[in-house]
Amino acid sequence: MDGIHDLGGKQGFGHVELDASSKEGQHIHGFNERWHAAVFTIINSLFANGAAANTDHFRHSVERIDPINYLSDGYYGRWLGGAETMLVEAGLLTQDEVNNRVLNRGYELREPVAARPLVSPDVFPGKERNFQPTAQRLPASAACFSVGDKVIARSLGGAGHTRLPSYVRDIPGEIIAVHGAWVFPDANAHGKGEDAKHLYTVRYQGADLWGPSAEAGVVLNIDLFEPYLSGV
Amino acid sequence: MSEKSAAIRAEALESLLVEKGLLDAARIDDVLTLYNERVGPMNGAMLVAKAWRDVEFRQQLLADGTAAIAQFAFEGGQVDKLVVVENTAQVHNVVVCTLCSCYPWAVLGLPPKWYKDPAYRSRVVREPRAVLTDFGTHLPAEQEVRVWDSSAEVRYMVLPVQPKGWDAFSEDELVKKITRDSMIGVEVLAERAGE
Repeated sequence: MDGIHDLGGKQGFGHVELDASSKEGQHIHGFNERWHAAVFTIINSLFANGAAANTDHFRHSVERIDPINYLSDGYYGRWLGGAETMLVEAGLLTQDEVNNRVLNRGYELREPVAARPLVSPDVFPGKERNFQPTAQRLPASAACFSVGDKVIARSLGGAGHTRLPSYVRDIPGEIIAVHGAWVFPDANAHGKGEDAKHLYTVRYQGADLWGPSAEAGVVLNIDLFEPYLSGV
Repeated sequence: MSEKSAAIRAEALESLLVEKGLLDAARIDDVLTLYNERVGPMNGAMLVAKAWRDVEFRQQLLADGTAAIAQFAFEGGQVDKLVVVENTAQVHNVVVCTLCSCYPWAVLGLPPKWYKDPAYRSRVVREPRAVLTDFGTHLPAEQEVRVWDSSAEVRYMVLPVQPKGWDAFSEDELVKKITRDSMIGVEVLAERAGE
C-alpha cells in the first residue's frame, strides 16, 4: 500500500536526532524503556498464538495504523498499534476492552487509537507448521533475470502489502545480485500462501532517482522481488 | 498520540493479555535479558575485529556472511541472510530500511531510535552525504556512497575501514572501539577526542 510508512525520499523531516551512543561512541544497546520490551514480547506472543500469521502479516498491520499515529507514536508505539489491530481482527479482544483498561488504571483517553482493525480481515488458512528457519525457499522456476540485466520496477497496484517502495518505481536500474527464491510478502501478508519468488538486488544511480540536483557519486541498492520487475 | 500515551496503552494491553492468559509476563524479563545483555553491537564488533586480523575470515565474511557467522550461533534473529559490505578508500556503504526498520539484530542488536525515525529513513536514500554530516561524518567527494535499502529479508552490515594505528590493539581491545554506527555506515572510525 502507498501508506505513510513508505518514507524513502520524502522531504521535510529535518535533521537526524542522534542518541548518546552516536554522540559519545558509547556501547549502549538494548531497550530504553520496559514497555518497549513488553510490546516486543506481546508481538512474540501473537506469533505463538496465531493472531500474527507471519512477519509479513505483522508488518502490514503496522502499515495500516492511523497515519498520524504512525509518525508520532515511535517504533514500539507503531508495533502496539499493529498488535491491537491483529488482536481485534483475530477476535481475541476488543478495542473497548483496552480503552476501558486504560480508564480503569486512572488515565484518560485523550488521543486517537492507532489500531485500524478491519471488519472483514484476511483469512489465513491453517498453517502446516513445518518450521523453516528462514524465508528462503526452493525456487519453483528459473530466475528471469541475471546480474547485469537492466530492469524497471512497477507497482502491482491495490491496497495490499508490498515491499516495493515508491521512490524506485518506474526508474531504470540494474541487477547486481541474485538471491534465490524467497517468501513473497505481497501474497504471504494476506493469507495467500508463501508463493516464493526470485529476489534480486537492483542498483540505481542517484541522478536517475533524484534528478540533476542529486548528490554526486551516490548509488542506491535495494532488494526487489521478481513480480515487480520488467526487463528494459 | 504520543510515545507517552503509547506507553500507557501498552501497559493496559499487557495487563489485559496477562489476565486473559494470552501473555506470560515472565517472557518480558527474558526478552529484556536477551537484548540488553546477550544481543548487541558487540557481536558485530567481534566479527569486524576478527576480519581485520584474519584474512581468511575476512574473505569468507564478505563472500558469504551467513555461512561465516553460523559458527557463532548468535541469538536475536533477523539475519535470514547476512551480506557484509566492505568500506574502502573508494567506496563508503550505509544501510537503511525505508519501509519499516529492518536491521540485523543478531549482529548489531536492536536498532537505535534514529534508525527507526522518519528523518533518517526518508533522507538517507536521497541525500546520504548530507545525512552523514548530521553524524559528524564528512566523506570526500571522490568516494562513492552506496546506500543499501533493506526491503526484503537480506540484512546488511558494513565492514568499516580500520583506522591507521589500530594494528597495535588486540581483538578484545578493538571490540570496545568498533562502534555500532560504523557498522551501519554513518560513521568513519577514528580515535575519538578524549580517548
